[in-house]
Amino acid sequence: MAKRILIIDDSAAIRQSITYILNQEGYETIEAKDGQEALDMLPTLDAIDLIITDVNMPNLDGISFIRKARELVKYRFTPILVLTTESQGTKMNEGKEAGATGWIVKPFSADKLLGIVRKVAE
Amino acid sequence: MIDGFKETFREEAEELLSGLEGILLELETKPGDPELLNAAFRAVHTIKGSAGMFGFEAIGRFAHDLENIMDRIRSGSLSMTKDFADLALSCRDHIRTLLAADEDPGPAIQERTGQLVEALRAYAAKGSRADGGESEAPSEGRADALTDNPDAGGEETVWRLSFKPGQGVFRSGTKVLRLLEELSELGDCACFPHTENIPELEKLDPEACLTSWDAIIASGKGPDAIKDVFIFIESESEIALEKIEEAAILQEREEPKKLGEILLDRGIVTRAAIDEALRSQRRLGEVLIEKKLVSKEQVESALVEQEHLKRVQERQVDTGAASIRVASEKLDQLVDLVGELVTLQARLSQTALGIQDPGLTGISEMFDRLISQLRDNTMSIRMLPIGSTFNKFRRVVRDLSLELGKDAELATEGAETELDKTVIEKLGDPLVHIIRNSLDHGIERPADRLAAGKPRSGTIRLSAMHSGAYVLIQVADDGAGLDRAAIKAKALERGIISPGADLPDQEIDQLIFAPGFSTAKTVTKVSGRGVGMDVVKREIDSLGGTVLLKSERGHGTTMTLKIPLTLAIIEGLLVKVADEFYVVPLSSVDGCIEIRSDEVVERDGKRIITYRGELLPFVPLRTWFDSPGEAPAISQIVIVNALDSRIGFVVDQVIGDYQTVVKPLGRLYRNVRGLSGATILGDGTVALILDVNRLSQAVKRDSTGRAGRDEALLDA
Repeated sequence: MAKRILIIDDSAAIRQSITYILNQEGYETIEAKDGQEALDMLPTLDAIDLIITDVNMPNLDGISFIRKARELVKYRFTPILVLTTESQGTKMNEGKEAGATGWIVKPFSADKLLGIVRKVAE
Repeated sequence: MIDGFKETFREEAEELLSGLEGILLELETKPGDPELLNAAFRAVHTIKGSAGMFGFEAIGRFAHDLENIMDRIRSGSLSMTKDFADLALSCRDHIRTLLAADEDPGPAIQERTGQLVEALRAYAAKGSRADGGESEAPSEGRADALTDNPDAGGEETVWRLSFKPGQGVFRSGTKVLRLLEELSELGDCACFPHTENIPELEKLDPEACLTSWDAIIASGKGPDAIKDVFIFIESESEIALEKIEEAAILQEREEPKKLGEILLDRGIVTRAAIDEALRSQRRLGEVLIEKKLVSKEQVESALVEQEHLKRVQERQVDTGAASIRVASEKLDQLVDLVGELVTLQARLSQTALGIQDPGLTGISEMFDRLISQLRDNTMSIRMLPIGSTFNKFRRVVRDLSLELGKDAELATEGAETELDKTVIEKLGDPLVHIIRNSLDHGIERPADRLAAGKPRSGTIRLSAMHSGAYVLIQVADDGAGLDRAAIKAKALERGIISPGADLPDQEIDQLIFAPGFSTAKTVTKVSGRGVGMDVVKREIDSLGGTVLLKSERGHGTTMTLKIPLTLAIIEGLLVKVADEFYVVPLSSVDGCIEIRSDEVVERDGKRIITYRGELLPFVPLRTWFDSPGEAPAISQIVIVNALDSRIGFVVDQVIGDYQTVVKPLGRLYRNVRGLSGATILGDGTVALILDVNRLSQAVKRDSTGRAGRDEALLDA
């Protein structure tokens, strides 16, 4: 069965491009434009295999989203990847502490994205 | 497609930039307002992050410089002056210019970029004099840890990895087994799990990861590639990577490392302890465990390493000059002789059992051990890696795609999978045919592929892997998938099915294996030369294998061949019905249960039993084979896995595990379905070997187990 991936980013361009790359490889995708929207969606979605979230977003930022998502029983063990431009590692650590599985550093190529998605979601 | 994203990005960036303008103007009136500073920083940061994704590298680099300074102002290490607001506004305007210029900024714009970067750096230098300042170098080092590592010379090296994940890794969604899988994709890998930290069930925290692993891996990729597997959890895990030695050096050693050496290398025991242990002539590992110097797991883990090093070494010898060529007939003779010996051995042990002489029993048991070693050894001589034939297919795909005006590549996996030589030879033609079919019917023309949103070039994936006593060979394409409507229409036209027949998708797919079937509208040079998929199926059947077909319209077709590892000798379960013996191949046996005649449930005329909570059909072999006499009050049911379902066979008695030398049934019985061969038992009696797959198919078609049997049994 196709893996289902939730993409959270306030930039439509980023959402669209990730969606495009993942759909090409046969993944199913769902988009949310910020942490709050995603959080509201979570209880209604079933069988999400991976969540990819941006950090800086209005309403609810990525790190807080992860903390809240991990409180839901259904998403305790769902892999979550953080999209970050920070290369210094501070956001990566913050993300990990909040319960993220890993991170993707922007800008990234399609191959790199797919490599990481395979690594955590397969 | 990329252009579409670019447009979206441009719109978003425009929005952010006009927001930024407002913020910067407001900052002039309220210099140093943290809220505003943060907002300005976020805007620039977002532009920087996305720009590189959509081909605006120049913006990415430029915004990075601006962002750096804003970050320092935000954190207070640089002061905000009126000059900066002016400069920032100019920068913001320049980003707009760059955005409009697209990928090809003219020299004038580039010059302006240079000036502004200069000005930014000057501002940073001026401001940082106060705090004695070094200008902060962007540390991009870790960012690309996951990009492809250049192969470290390609030289194969053996590494020892000790990997102890943090207890909380599951809670961050990490799939540890997936990481080990990824590790084994890097090279020849052996893992040993340490489970000694797992407590008793009632004290177990199921959400904590308590297992750690030792792995030995022979890989041509560098140490970074190995460490990168664990990149997301390296901070919370203990990971140690150590080079054991170059594979090349390994080859020069006379024999692989001794257990003691390995334990010593790992610093688990001292030289003195080993020397002392060696003095008492028992197995080193046992002694060390007894003396509590090492734990059982540590020894087992070291043994895994030893085993693996041995294998790596053997492989190197294999690929080296240490091989001889032997005519295959000689090999076949050897296998025949071993087969005879196995049969004779069975008689010997039975005779010895009857005579009850301790001396004879001893000899017989020793003989038994040697024969099974000899058998395994002989079989392994006949095993060849299937990869040697893969190259041939690559050529087929290349030539054929040219001829058909298609664009396709062949990707292969599992080339090292070993398989009986004769099986490999017989597989060649069917595989070529399947691959041709994939190219001809499956992969679409480049224009159609692009229109369907697929990459221009199609991929045919050929993979092989072991699965129990079978090898699974898979040919998967990402083409159009089976056109079920066309298949049905063609089958109607050819009179293979009758009009109005309502077939499930699966059965429609199976129609392509029907004799005389071909859906290509025009007969191309490739397919449609009168050799259909029916021939493929027949050849695979003759190898005792099965073909599974999976297809999704628009996404491609996957064909899986399940082939037994070897044809000559199999492990079987010997059963008895009336006075006759039958052998069920052990690889397909799932279990045996007892049944009383009053436990049988009849449903729509089908006989059903409950097995592990599942309802299974079953068929009494006594009825099926017309054996004389009455069934005993309590019979045995042998549950077997056939193709994609399970089924039970009722027998009078299960005798036990039996090594079977397969003899063909001969021409006269060629059309008998449900039997795949015969074998001679220890006392000279003949036992028939059941063809589980065919038998279950026949039973499915005829659920009462009686009527229609003759048609199924004799398929002429």
